Amino acid sequence: MSISLIPPGVWLILGALLLPAVPRRFHALPLIGLPLLTLWLVWTLPNGTSPVLQVFQYELVPVRSDALGRLFGIIFALMAVAGGLFSLRQKSTLELIAAAIYAGSAVCVALAGDLITLFVFWEMMAIASTTVLISSNEERAVRAGMRYFMVHIFGGSLLLAGIVAHIVNTGSLAIEGLNAGTIGGGLILAGVLLNAAAPPLSAWLPDAYPEASYSGMVTLSAFTTKAAVYVLIRAFPGTEILIFIGLFMIFYGIIYALLENDMRRILAYSIVNQVGFMVTGAGIGTEMALNGAASHAFTHIIYKALLLMSAGSVLYQTGKRKCTDLGGLFQSMPVTMICGVIGALSISSFPWTSGFVSKSMISQAAADEYLMMVWFLLMAASAGVFLHAGIKFPWFVFFQKDSGLRPPDPPWHMQVAMIFFASLCIALGIWPEPLYALLPNPVEYVPYTVPHVVNMLQLLLFSGLAFFLLLPMMKRSLTITLDGDWFYRKMGPWAAERVTEFMTATYRRFEAGWRLRIEGFLALLTRYAGPHSVAARTPESSYMVLFVVAVLGLFLLLPLFVW
Amino acid sequence: MISTQLPALQVVIPLLAGPTCLLLHHSRLSWGLATSASWVALFISLALLDQVLATGPISYELGGWAAPWGIEYRIDEINAFVLLIISGISAITISFARASIEHEVHNKQVYLVYTGWMLCLSGLLGIAITGDVFNVFVFLEISSLSSYLLISLSRDRRALTAAFRYLVMGTIGATFILIGIALLYMMTGTLNMSDLAARIPSVSDTRTVKIAFAFLTAGIGLKAAMFPMHFWLPNAYAYAPSAISALFAGTATKVAIYLLLRFFFTIFGVEFSFETMKLDRILLPLALAGIFVASTVAIFQTDIKRMLGYSSIAQIGYMVLGVSLVSVTGVTAAILHLFNHALMKTALFVALGCVFFRVGSVTRGDLAGIGYAMPWTMGAFVLGGLSLVGIPLTVGFISKWYLIVAALEQQMWWLAGLVLISSLLALVYVWRVIEIAYFGTPGDRSTEIKEAPATLLIPTWILITANIYFGVDTSLTVGVAERAAQALLGNVS
Repeated sequence: MSISLIPPGVWLILGALLLPAVPRRFHALPLIGLPLLTLWLVWTLPNGTSPVLQVFQYELVPVRSDALGRLFGIIFALMAVAGGLFSLRQKSTLELIAAAIYAGSAVCVALAGDLITLFVFWEMMAIASTTVLISSNEERAVRAGMRYFMVHIFGGSLLLAGIVAHIVNTGSLAIEGLNAGTIGGGLILAGVLLNAAAPPLSAWLPDAYPEASYSGMVTLSAFTTKAAVYVLIRAFPGTEILIFIGLFMIFYGIIYALLENDMRRILAYSIVNQVGFMVTGAGIGTEMALNGAASHAFTHIIYKALLLMSAGSVLYQTGKRKCTDLGGLFQSMPVTMICGVIGALSISSFPWTSGFVSKSMISQAAADEYLMMVWFLLMAASAGVFLHAGIKFPWFVFFQKDSGLRPPDPPWHMQVAMIFFASLCIALGIWPEPLYALLPNPVEYVPYTVPHVVNMLQLLLFSGLAFFLLLPMMKRSLTITLDGDWFYRKMGPWAAERVTEFMTATYRRFEAGWRLRIEGFLALLTRYAGPHSVAARTPESSYMVLFVVAVLGLFLLLPLFVW
Repeated sequence: MISTQLPALQVVIPLLAGPTCLLLHHSRLSWGLATSASWVALFISLALLDQVLATGPISYELGGWAAPWGIEYRIDEINAFVLLIISGISAITISFARASIEHEVHNKQVYLVYTGWMLCLSGLLGIAITGDVFNVFVFLEISSLSSYLLISLSRDRRALTAAFRYLVMGTIGATFILIGIALLYMMTGTLNMSDLAARIPSVSDTRTVKIAFAFLTAGIGLKAAMFPMHFWLPNAYAYAPSAISALFAGTATKVAIYLLLRFFFTIFGVEFSFETMKLDRILLPLALAGIFVASTVAIFQTDIKRMLGYSSIAQIGYMVLGVSLVSVTGVTAAILHLFNHALMKTALFVALGCVFFRVGSVTRGDLAGIGYAMPWTMGAFVLGGLSLVGIPLTVGFISKWYLIVAALEQQMWWLAGLVLISSLLALVYVWRVIEIAYFGTPGDRSTEIKEAPATLLIPTWILITANIYFGVDTSLTVGVAERAAQALLGNVS
């Protein structure tokens, strides 16, 4: 079977544009049917490339199919299926269209065979995701959407500059084997890392995603960061700096998630944290590490979407998002609770869940490379993940004190979407072989050995113990320092506390300083470029003429003086 | 054979249609005539472009008088392309104009609009097509005088002062150009462009030629609204009737940029323009200043038409920037942006014309919430705005791409960076419109606002479709622009 010139994702994009013409009660058909079609198209793609498309002087390869591309294509399409199912009741048709275009472009990114095609769909993702975000049509979402869009267009600009530079210098359009040391490669890496929510601009993610609608955030969580991970695996495997960036992201995510009170912001920080694992994997760059990063992206999309679906269901049913307002929901929302717990166990890589079979590959790869420090930090981080996402989220939302709320479980299709992903989490955890078969490199790793399992269980048990020992203190006050304080006592009490304090304070100072500076800058701009400024006023004709004469003088005089 | 007379017909048909509109003295009839003349002009320019691409430059002797004595019309890749831009934009906007003009101009004066329109069109086409510099001046005056008329016909009384200011500045620009032409004639004894090109090198070290060059550059720069000679433009665009703003945005400044290219590259030659006169060292900073100042000012504008006017000044900066790089890719980028910017800016102005038709204003406050009342109009505006920002799959991206490639070819990293940053500024001012249109709280009158009629929407969406089509299939635009750039720069090498 030859590969068609049209990327599978395009059908999803084009189909989505027809959604307004479909009556509301038949929305299910395109919303689930189109992603299924895309999934099938990606699944059945043979290895190889589509014919070359000549666009100006460049030879584009719209579709290039190999194991890595298909792995991401499949999970993106799968996510679109579940996302479509979950958001059937979403009132904003705009969000549904944008979500489908977003997913479709992500599939196209995963299958793009050259840098230009990749860039085109990359930018479509940026526009579509902004639309998903702002279509909740609340003031906060629109503001956040603007910031989000600016950051991504900036990232897109870096990427574009990098791609052009790379092409001008090497003449090659291939995505593989970019060198982060060259200017082109470096800019591309910067642009991609920005989308992966890497420092110093990690904040765009937790700033924007939680403002989306209950279904919007489910969609948003899946694509942008994971498309970036895909490009890192494809183009920059073994780039050492990625290890440090990844580790930074892991701990950034954990610390801020522990400080957070909004359930969806907790999960947003945890995305940064999880993507950190993948970035580290890409940085280690061995076959096993890349397998680990790719499979972790796969499983992460599933369990993070599951967690956000359960958070979204809670939001949909209660309209509340703060941990302190929630609690005790297990009594009336059992399905949501069970699915949320399964997601939480998966993200903590509890044995027999999907997180275990993927994340452990990354830490094993670190160990195999004798990266002791990295291995140690990854293990410590696993405990941190369990604390913030594995226990904190379900505990405060579904158990904890009784908030008195008794909402029922969400509508059937949302439950089905959750159960679907929850079963996938368990199934992949118990039978990882189908997933391993999809991975780009052959897998020799065996997840279920006694040391692996025991190790993990010990780690989880002890961090779980820590959480519950610390609970009385958390109940008294939910402020930042208390829980951090108690937790870090185990591993160097004073230093950890100071670090937390220092980071918070620096961040505050940084924020305050910049806010002042930005406000000052805006005032300056308004003064010199605002509606009543010199630059914007229409001067008297005589002044206009003065400028013309000045330019004339410039043209006359400059050649005399400049050699 | 009629096909050999096409170059003359290109100008003559609108030139004759103008006075006829005046004589008809009837708004609908003169619109019908002007529209058909405009579309005929479009087909002629398509035929000419086709012919040029197939068989090379066309030389046409007007009235059968041979070149040094008579006027020669000379069409090569670049002006065939410019002819296409002008006649294409005119044909689409005039199809849009009927309802919009009837709404914005006093009934008794509507026929005057089409008279002026046709004269302006013939003037612009004449500038582009002719191979004689004095003829350039004549057509320049025809197009300028008629554009003062067109602006002042608006019901908005501020248009009168705007038109007057434009008249003062335009006249100064034309005078400069005339002085330059006269000095050249004095030194070379010819007005024909190719003769000038052949004779200037022998006298190029004289001060007279250098002064002629300075006057021509400043004069044409003024007509092109090159920063800092742009002050006439924002008000002229803001207060003119919507359809007229759309026409000017796509054509008037573009022709001036074409003239710059013609004078710099064909007549004076690369060596004189850029080595003797160090033109690039002036153009580059001016272009960058224009891009950043005008984009920043645009962000703060409350009148959206005025905002687009400032945006045009910034976009002209990109074209000048491309020229100042003095490379095939740079000039290709400039020529491409001529075409692409005409498409996006006209589309945006036309969409605003739809808004004005229903809302009666285009100030920010009055646009609150109209994204839902006028989904097709604002949808078009959003797409046009994305094109302005340079999002892939729109023409804006193609321009941006070539400009960055041109900058990086010369290892000018900082320049590529500045271009990209400036596109973020465009994003800000486009976003401000989107924000108010979709997320602003609608005023009391918003319930009465309906979607614009199909006669306005269809031309708008044709332009938007073109924005996307030429953003994907670039074989025509890039192909022609590249050949034109090679022809322009090939004169020396």
